[in-house]
Amino acid sequence: MIAYLIRRLGQSVLVLFTMAVLVFFAVFALGSPVDMLASPDADQAERAALAVRFGLDKSLPVQFATFIGNALHGDLGASFVYGKSALAVIGERLPATIELAVLALVFSVLIGVPLGVIAGLRPNSIAGRAIMSTSIFGFSLPNFWIGLMLILFFAVYLGWLPAGGRGPTTNVLGMELSIFSVEGWRHLILPALTLALYKASLVVRLCEAGTREIITQEYIRFARAKGLSRFRIIRLHLLKNMMIPVVTILGMEFGAMIAFTVVIETVFAYPGMGKLLIESINRLDRPVVVAYLMVTTVIFVVINLIVDFLYVALDPRVRLSGPNE
Amino acid sequence: MIQLQKTHQVPALSVENLSVTFKTRKGLVTAINDVSFHVNPGEVLGVVGESGSGKSVTGLAAMGLIDPPGRISGGRVALEGRDIAGIGDKAMRGLRGSRIAMIFQDPISTLNPVLRIDTQIMEAITAHEKISPAAARVRAIEALRAVGIPSPESRLEAYPHQFSGGMRQRVAIAIALLHRPAVLIADEPTTALDVTIQAQILGEVQKLAAENGTALVWITHDLSVVAGLADRIAVMYAGRIVESGTVAEVLTAPRHHYTAGLIASVPSRNRRGQPLAQIPGSTPNLANMPSGCAFHPRCPAKTEICSAELPPILHDPSGRFLRCHHPRQEA
Amino acid sequence: MSEITPTTPLTLPPVAKGERLLLRQVRDLVASPEAAIGLAVLITLVAIALLAPLIAPQNPYDLMQLDIMDNMLPPGSALGNGATAWLGTDDQGRDMLSTIMYGMRVSLGVGIASVLIASVIGALIGVLSAYIGGRFDALIMRIVDLQLSFPSILIALVLLTVFGRGLDKVVLSLVFVQWAYYARTVRASALVEKNKDYIAAARCLEMPQWRILVRHMLPNCIPPLIVVSTVQVAHAITLESTLSYLGVGVPVTQPSLGMLIATGYSFLLSGNYWISTYPGIALVLIVVSINLVGDRLRAVLNPRFTH
Repeated sequence: MIAYLIRRLGQSVLVLFTMAVLVFFAVFALGSPVDMLASPDADQAERAALAVRFGLDKSLPVQFATFIGNALHGDLGASFVYGKSALAVIGERLPATIELAVLALVFSVLIGVPLGVIAGLRPNSIAGRAIMSTSIFGFSLPNFWIGLMLILFFAVYLGWLPAGGRGPTTNVLGMELSIFSVEGWRHLILPALTLALYKASLVVRLCEAGTREIITQEYIRFARAKGLSRFRIIRLHLLKNMMIPVVTILGMEFGAMIAFTVVIETVFAYPGMGKLLIESINRLDRPVVVAYLMVTTVIFVVINLIVDFLYVALDPRVRLSGPNE
Repeated sequence: MIQLQKTHQVPALSVENLSVTFKTRKGLVTAINDVSFHVNPGEVLGVVGESGSGKSVTGLAAMGLIDPPGRISGGRVALEGRDIAGIGDKAMRGLRGSRIAMIFQDPISTLNPVLRIDTQIMEAITAHEKISPAAARVRAIEALRAVGIPSPESRLEAYPHQFSGGMRQRVAIAIALLHRPAVLIADEPTTALDVTIQAQILGEVQKLAAENGTALVWITHDLSVVAGLADRIAVMYAGRIVESGTVAEVLTAPRHHYTAGLIASVPSRNRRGQPLAQIPGSTPNLANMPSGCAFHPRCPAKTEICSAELPPILHDPSGRFLRCHHPRQEA
Repeated sequence: MSEITPTTPLTLPPVAKGERLLLRQVRDLVASPEAAIGLAVLITLVAIALLAPLIAPQNPYDLMQLDIMDNMLPPGSALGNGATAWLGTDDQGRDMLSTIMYGMRVSLGVGIASVLIASVIGALIGVLSAYIGGRFDALIMRIVDLQLSFPSILIALVLLTVFGRGLDKVVLSLVFVQWAYYARTVRASALVEKNKDYIAAARCLEMPQWRILVRHMLPNCIPPLIVVSTVQVAHAITLESTLSYLGVGVPVTQPSLGMLIATGYSFLLSGNYWISTYPGIALVLIVVSINLVGDRLRAVLNPRFTH
């Protein structure tokens, strides 16, 4: 088990380093930020001074070595725009994004699991067919457009919900969170639902397939032969088996969800780190882009580790024999 | 649950003219057709047939576990004299596991892989009795001990995959017998096990069923299993019972040609060196059943009438039952 | 039921069954009403996109045909030249119906082109990976895993930021994010084929390696490839529209549906809904119809899924 852990951690470090290399060179190709930083009437000397200040005069390998060295100390450079540590800039926006993504994840489970189980238990019923057809739409609809339509309907037409932005926040354990106020929820609900739509459809399809497979298993038949109630069979015997693939897939998809906040936050003018990324790309704020990519990579790696552990915790067959093989 | 007066007149389980159909793309398929049998308290009935003969469906139908697209299209199932074929799912659930229980063929998949053994035993207890968790636990330990699982206290917290196939089947048997059911339907529970384990489990089930007065319906494709176990035998072919009677009658003097074929194809010490007899052909497809007697394409004694008409039922005064136009003459 | 299947030492590759099989599959495909509707809608939309210059009421990118006085007209308004703008006009006075027709050309074109290129590249890599095996296979699959563990939207976003705008660049980034899917799909089915008897037979006959690869292994990887590609066209179109919405995709002079939606965003809050809504509906129609067909194709081409 410990050997497995060490190997997984080693893999994670390798992924992080690969990303660091890729990110650095990709962003280096973005163009010189000096053009953007310097005022239009700056002369050569001023521009050169700027380049020296941000270390842009050095050769590429030197810049890369400096980058890696600093990154290991948790320093990913200072934002050209905000004038402070890029990591700090990301850190300020991180809670908003995490809040949005977690809420969307919860929504997709709350919507997807019951619907998927219903469709799986009654595959030929009208409800079952309707759920499965609708899930194709959920899969297909471009998220950003759904967001726009929700804004149009609930904010512009009905006027029930705000069109965008984030509600007032409360500081909880150093994180600024908005889920503790009604106004915060009013701002969160549309973006979170939009973000959840695709995953919810995915969960519906997973749960439908899972249910259809599991209910044919002999242990379900045996559970019925024991005289258990339908509810208990579904809640315990079915769901516990189904949660293994659902948790695995959702965990892997949580990373994609965080990445997709880039789109959702832009649509809903939601001040998270996704919107920050788009702003930073447009402003050529290279350190923030790099910091964003590194932070998301770390999040992905951490999520993957958590999913591995959850998988082990959920499946006694893996837990007790160890995932070594 | 009101315990019914058990008399010899009231069979533990009686099935009358039971038919089960399945809706498929190719139309309605009859899985079992006009099946009748009964089993008295403490008695062992062996139901013998090849796969696809409808023997498993018969067991499931008695349990009320036929799911759409299948349904019971006719007949009566009476448990301890009470008609249970149409009593509704809720009432049936109260009987399942308490008055009528079932164990299945594959011990590997009979227990839920992600739930602990204690959970799976205790839920079967609390489904039918108001009992404290501590008391349920004690019952669970007793039940495991009764089926010969060593140190049951510690094994309770294990998961199914930590048990061997034989041990899992013992757990399933323990669960099935928790409430001393009137009837236990065993659907080939030993087929997937090693021969030595098979014999042990056979013996244990027989013993426990006898102790509890539980009627046993043992479904199998293996004649040699029922030979030593059952009191009576019902032979199924293509969804119908073709012959039934006491073990001695049926095995020593089979009157249906299918039964005779089955007996001839059992490997036996007495016929060492001789080639094993086979029944020519294969089991008919349920969706494409031969006309008349379904066995006629494979039958050595067939005549024109066999493909034209369903054979009439021949009842013996001794309780022997036969469906054949040209019964074998008793030797 | 218990029929014994004769074991023949040399099973022929299943593709050899020819046209009758194809015909039957087409019939199976349209047997499902959802797929039939999807196919009809898709064919109509592709036809409209192809014929856009001929059938669109105006060429929205010909400045001579535009009248700024016609800007922001709601659907059904009369234009200055007497024609009717059934779906309204945008801020430049372009007829939305025409803009959408032209936009579909770009969206469909980018989607299909990227899938074609990526599937060819991916299929070749996948088949080679399966055929060569060993370290090469392990390396390729490690790269595929690494790439697929990152969301395509993020990869495409970074690539386009680096490349800059342009149709070719959008196609290039879409190819880059997609090839791994095809490589993995094809490798999986190629591995299954590789172990079949006819490949061994072909090897015994000392056929040239490329012939075994191209004539025998590749064709049998085609059905799963078709399924994945079909659904992938929808993904590619959605991804392109999302990127264009974020402002890093197609150039302003060749707006796709996604960019039209983005343009309309700024007018949405003031209630001028049509500029974002109608291109969005066109986008949804394309993507949903492709997915309906793809869903059915999966069932038809893969016997495991038929029930």
